[in-house]
Amino acid sequence: MSMEYYEEDVPHVLAVDDNIIDRKLIERLLKTSSCRVTVAENAIRALEYLGLKENQQQSQFNGKGAKVNMIITDYCMPGMTGYELLQKIKESSMLKDVPVVIMSSENIPNRINECLEKGAERFILKPLKLADVKMLRCQLTKC
Amino acid sequence: MSSVLQLQRQFIDYTTSLHNEGYLDNQFTELQKLQDESNPDFVTEVVSMYFEDSDKLLNNLTTALQQRNVDYKQVDAHAHQFKGSSSSIGAKRVTNVCAHFKGFCEAKNLDGCLRCLQQVKQEYIFFRNKLEALFRLEQQILQAGGSVPMVE
Repeated sequence: MSMEYYEEDVPHVLAVDDNIIDRKLIERLLKTSSCRVTVAENAIRALEYLGLKENQQQSQFNGKGAKVNMIITDYCMPGMTGYELLQKIKESSMLKDVPVVIMSSENIPNRINECLEKGAERFILKPLKLADVKMLRCQLTKC
Repeated sequence: MSSVLQLQRQFIDYTTSLHNEGYLDNQFTELQKLQDESNPDFVTEVVSMYFEDSDKLLNNLTTALQQRNVDYKQVDAHAHQFKGSSSSIGAKRVTNVCAHFKGFCEAKNLDGCLRCLQQVKQEYIFFRNKLEALFRLEQQILQAGGSVPMVE
């Protein structure tokens, strides 16, 4: 663990993606946009980091989860998808107000609507660009 | 012995031709935007990661298509990964072949898949060679004391 000091208003973003290149890219994009970044390679790890276990009810939230200001996740992931992760987050009383952004390489209107209806803040098409991430940072973390 | 200006000119021309010939697209330029004094090697780092990952994916694809009972879902999963990472670094032609590859997976068309595998290997090798040449040019410029021009 690095001993870096972060100012109070530096947003902490959890990025979830099963693709190693995309993880590196999103991390750099977020850091360039002045965010503190934690990266997870799948939804289960993301939930664990947030303090939510896969099969736990809301009442069993262990309260030891890390605080994040935004979650950005890939849609297509093996095991639990980004959509399922979104569901779990929105069903959690502790996490439901954390903005969730879904990324996908596929522009499928049904998929986009599904995610937005489930409470995703935004749906972004991959590949991600600096302008996309800067906009997100401003709009979602109210800078 | 090329002067710095000559090398820089060469670099600009080469980068432009790579874009014009469709080997690279804007996403590669996006990667370059993320490189600065605090992260001077970002592009070469990501691209090296991409080469390493792609070698594995190509092996996986080859093996998966050699099975007696081909698992097209598995082949598609690998093609999907390859398409994703290729798209993220701006490897336009490789990405396009991967898209076709996925189509053949969905159709469970073995012949189509095998042809795409050959094609994607070919495109990947072309891409890799060209990018390595580009990086060598960069190194030459830096060693000659010059700075690497940004090509829009």
